[in-house]
Amino acid sequence: MAAKFEKVSDGKYQLDVQGYVCPHPQIYTKKALEKLASGDTLDLVFDNPSSGESISAMCATEGNDIVSQVQDAGKAMRWTIRKG
Amino acid sequence: MTESVACTTEGVGAATSRANALRAAAVVGFFVLVSAGTIITDARYLYFSAYLWFGFIYGASLQYGRFCMASAVRDLFAVGVPRMAVGIMIAVVLFSLVSAAVTVAGKSTFHASPIGLYSLVGGAIFGFGMVFTGGCATGSLYKTGEGSVSALLVVLSLSFAQALFVDIGGVLDAVVPASWTASAAAKNMPAELSVTAGWYDQFLAGYVWNLKSVVVGDALGFSSPAAKAFIGNSLVNAVLPALVLLVAIYAIWYRKGWLRKNKLTAPTAGAEVRGWWSMVTASKRTAIAGLVLGVAAGLQMWVMQTLQQKFGISNAGELLTAMGITEGLSLQETVFDPGYFYVTTQEAQGAAWVLAKLGVNLDDNIFFGMENGIPSPLANPVLWMSFSVIGGSMFMAFLANEFKLKMPTLEIATWAIAGGILMGIGSRIGMGCNIGAFFATVTNGDPSGWIFLAGMTAGGWVGVKFFNWWIERKMAKEAPLGF
Repeated sequence: MAAKFEKVSDGKYQLDVQGYVCPHPQIYTKKALEKLASGDTLDLVFDNPSSGESISAMCATEGNDIVSQVQDAGKAMRWTIRKG
Repeated sequence: MTESVACTTEGVGAATSRANALRAAAVVGFFVLVSAGTIITDARYLYFSAYLWFGFIYGASLQYGRFCMASAVRDLFAVGVPRMAVGIMIAVVLFSLVSAAVTVAGKSTFHASPIGLYSLVGGAIFGFGMVFTGGCATGSLYKTGEGSVSALLVVLSLSFAQALFVDIGGVLDAVVPASWTASAAAKNMPAELSVTAGWYDQFLAGYVWNLKSVVVGDALGFSSPAAKAFIGNSLVNAVLPALVLLVAIYAIWYRKGWLRKNKLTAPTAGAEVRGWWSMVTASKRTAIAGLVLGVAAGLQMWVMQTLQQKFGISNAGELLTAMGITEGLSLQETVFDPGYFYVTTQEAQGAAWVLAKLGVNLDDNIFFGMENGIPSPLANPVLWMSFSVIGGSMFMAFLANEFKLKMPTLEIATWAIAGGILMGIGSRIGMGCNIGAFFATVTNGDPSGWIFLAGMTAGGWVGVKFFNWWIERKMAKEAPLGF
C-alpha cells in the first residue's frame, strides 16, 4: 500500500493516506499542500484520528482553509482544504 | 451505505451512535466488574483499583485530547504544529502545582532520579525511536485503545525490548567501563544477581547509583515546606521553564502565522500577548486534556499515599505478601510501585513474566531481581493502570465514533517494531519514558526530566530529518505527482 496523491482536475487534487498512522498523514499533507498553488483544493482522506488535530492546527498556522470535514462513522475522515 | 457525520474544526462533534454507546458502556462495565469483583474478594484490591481508575482517566483524557508526547516534538519539527508541546506545558504547570500541594500535605510518593548524562542519551534514543512509531509510550497505549494494531505492536516491542535489554550480557559486557564493574562489585550485592555479569547491572550499580539526585526546593535552601514545594519545585523547576518554552515556541513556530492571519505588521506588546494566548488556547481539546492530566496525576500521588497509609505499607510487595501472593516478588520482597503516573517499567514486567513462562530466566539482574520483581499481570497493580489506559481510551473512542480496528501494513508494522525496540532501549537507559523520566520528574522538583527532554528533542529532530528523507525518497518513486 502506498499513499495516493493525484490530480483530479484543474486546481483539484486528492491525497489518500488511509491505513497510515502518525506522523505519515500530517507529513504527506504538508508535502502535498506545498505542491499546490494558492486557491487550489486538496481532498484529503485519512483514518488516523490524532492526525486530524495536527492537520487542523497546521492549516490554521499556514493560512490554509479547511472547507469541509466529513467523517464516515468508524471509517475515514474526508477533508477538503483550500490552499491560502 | 456510508454513514456520514459533520465534524467541527476541533475534530469530531458527531453524536455517538447507539451501537458505540453500548460498546462504551460495556468497556466501563468491564472495569467496574473487575474493580468491584476483586474488592469484594479482598478489600486490599482497592490499591489495585486506584491505579486502575487513574489509568482509565488518563486513557480517556489522552484520547480526547489526542495527547501524545511524541507529536509534541515530532509535529513541531515535521509540520510546525505546536499544539501538543503547548498541551504538555499546560499539564506540566498543573501537575507541578497539584504536586506541590500534595507534597506540603505529606502525601507525595515521588523519588527523585540521579542527575547524569544517561538521561540525555536515553532520551535521545527514545526520541529518535518514537518518531517512527506514531506515538510515545502512553500515546501507543491510547492508540491501542482506538483499535490501532500498529500501536499494539509498539507497546509489545517496547515491552519485550526492555525485558531483554536489562538482562543482556555477552558482547555488551565488553564495552562496560572497568570502573563501573569495580564499583558494582564493591556494592556487595546478593550473589544470585551476578551484578558483574550483564551490562545493565553494571550501568546501574556501577554508574547511576553513584550519581546524586537533586530536588530544587531542597537545593535552594528554603526552610518552609510550602516554599520548597511551591517556589522551588513548582515555580522554579516547572512553571518558569514551561513559560520560557511556551514563549520560545510562540516566537519560533506560531507568531509569524498569527501575525499574518491578523494582518499585523508592527504588533504591540498587547498584541503579542494575545497571540501567545491564542496559541495556548488554539486546541481546546488538547488544553482540556492537559488540564485534566495535570490535576489527575497530582491527585494520584495523594490517593496512593493515603492508601499506603491505610494498609500500613510502603510498597505493593508488602500488600501482595499479606494477600498470600509471593510469586514474582523481588529479593527485597518489593514490586514496581511508583505511586504515580508511570509507563514502561510495568510493561517490561509483563513481558518478562511471559518470557519467564517460556523458560527465559530474567530475575538474576538488579532491575527485576532486586528492584521491581516479575509479578503476574493479575498481581501487578501498576500494569492494571496500563491496561486501563487502553480501556479509558477505548471508552472515549467509542463515544466519539473513532474506534476502528486497523491492521498495519508491513511498512507500518516494521516502523512500529523498530521504533518500539529503540523506545524500549531508550527508556531503560533514561530510567523511564516521557512520563516517568520527564512528566513526573520536572513536576516534582527533579531537574533530571529537563535533561531527558533535551535528549528526546534532539533525538526527535534527527528522527524527523531521517523520516522526511525516507518519505521523499519513497514518494518520488511511488506517487504520480511525487512529493
